[in-house]
Amino acid sequence: MRKEVGGEGEWDPDWERSKEVESGTEKMMEKLVGLAGRVRQLKPMIERTVVSQEFSAAAAAGVGTARSYSLPDLPYDYAALEPVISAKIMEVHHSKHHNAYVTNLNKALDALDKAKDVNEVIALGPALKFHGGGHLNHSIFWTNLCPPDTSQPPSPDSALGKLIAERFGSMDAFVTQFNAKSAAIQGSGWGWLGYDKARKSVEFVALSNQDPLEASTGLTPLLGVDCWEHAYHMQYFSDRPGYLKSIWRCINWQNVEHRLQAAMA
Amino acid sequence: MSTFKLPSLAFEYGALEPYIDATTMEIHLTKHHNTYVTNVNNVLGGPNGAAIKGLSLEAIQRSVSSLDPAIQTAVRNSGGGHYNHTMFWTTLAGVGSANSAPFGDLKTAIESDFGSVDEMQKLFNTTAATRFGSGWAWLCVGDDGKLFITSTPNQDNPLMTGIADKPGTPILGLDVWEHAYYLKYNAARPAYIAAFWNVVNWDKVVENYSTAKSGGTAVMDVPMQ
Repeated sequence: MRKEVGGEGEWDPDWERSKEVESGTEKMMEKLVGLAGRVRQLKPMIERTVVSQEFSAAAAAGVGTARSYSLPDLPYDYAALEPVISAKIMEVHHSKHHNAYVTNLNKALDALDKAKDVNEVIALGPALKFHGGGHLNHSIFWTNLCPPDTSQPPSPDSALGKLIAERFGSMDAFVTQFNAKSAAIQGSGWGWLGYDKARKSVEFVALSNQDPLEASTGLTPLLGVDCWEHAYHMQYFSDRPGYLKSIWRCINWQNVEHRLQAAMA
Repeated sequence: MSTFKLPSLAFEYGALEPYIDATTMEIHLTKHHNTYVTNVNNVLGGPNGAAIKGLSLEAIQRSVSSLDPAIQTAVRNSGGGHYNHTMFWTTLAGVGSANSAPFGDLKTAIESDFGSVDEMQKLFNTTAATRFGSGWAWLCVGDDGKLFITSTPNQDNPLMTGIADKPGTPILGLDVWEHAYYLKYNAARPAYIAAFWNVVNWDKVVENYSTAKSGGTAVMDVPMQ
């Protein structure tokens, strides 16, 4: 698009500038169209993850008849978290480990129904905690995760961003501390970011085995990272720190923020 | 100052196939066990190391419950891990390279204390399968001279008096941390436990039993450097 000024073909700096802007705008339009397409692709996944899974996980853990808890579906394919967490790990973790917790929770509840006396009831305590905790923790975990690099960390002026900064100093400091303390868990356990409703603050807590956060500490779980070897061994072997470093690419911050909103309500 | 050194296996990584795979053996020794050696040496070389300096690895196990809190957790985990794995390697052998069943006094004792070798294995299997999370299952000689089976969490062991639920002298142990079996068995711990019996070095376990009965502990080399 040529524009002549003064009709004599003089060079017009404004026209040059407007041509740059125009071509720049065209490039930006192309990018926006591309982005819009990508957002359209991701939208159902985000919706499923945020809207339906976050609380269907809670539902799966808390609703249904006493002995019919069931394995929740993942909000994504087994391969969706590659290369951070391999498809093989996701498949075994979900269909074998989590599934076993559900099965054994239901078995323990059956046994509870049939308990002949108080001694038998009490004896079932550890199994209910192990398998109930395992079901609960994994249900939360799946919703805390998303495909790599698809979720932005909370902005410093969001509710979550402010609480993290207040408690840990900064997002970076939070991640460093979370990873150091999770790496240091002896044997099997979980690293948690939990919300303290009374103090209106967030805390990091490391727990052993499948001890559930809320029942053990009163904190509301926002984000949990499974540090059992089964969560990473096939891919990272003994390198738990490497697993912890990588997993932050897969944290679904919208889910964490939604959990916080629900806890603060 | 003398520090602990990672022991060598008496067999190739692949010698326990197909029951325990070669890759697991290599990673288990050179990564997991090695980390315990490094960490217990760090305690030795650190400001509070005097409490365990000069102690045998076995004596360190017995000392854990009375250690200074500054080093207790580290010694419990890495000193325990070093003992448990060092002993573990000596009680494994490829098929055909050692006696494949208990014999002699040990066999008699097993039959006396459990009814039969089969019943002892069943109890051991259940104990190993129901150790929740990470830990070890053990066949031990008690203070009363009788055999018993127990399990401990993480890297605890029955030598840790004041810590172990049922203290005693272990003569055979099985690592049930997921890293011990995950690559081949995934979530199927019971299948790993069943397979384990194919690669137990009963010559060594019989020797351990004899030593335990006379007041000693499992016979093993603990290399230093």
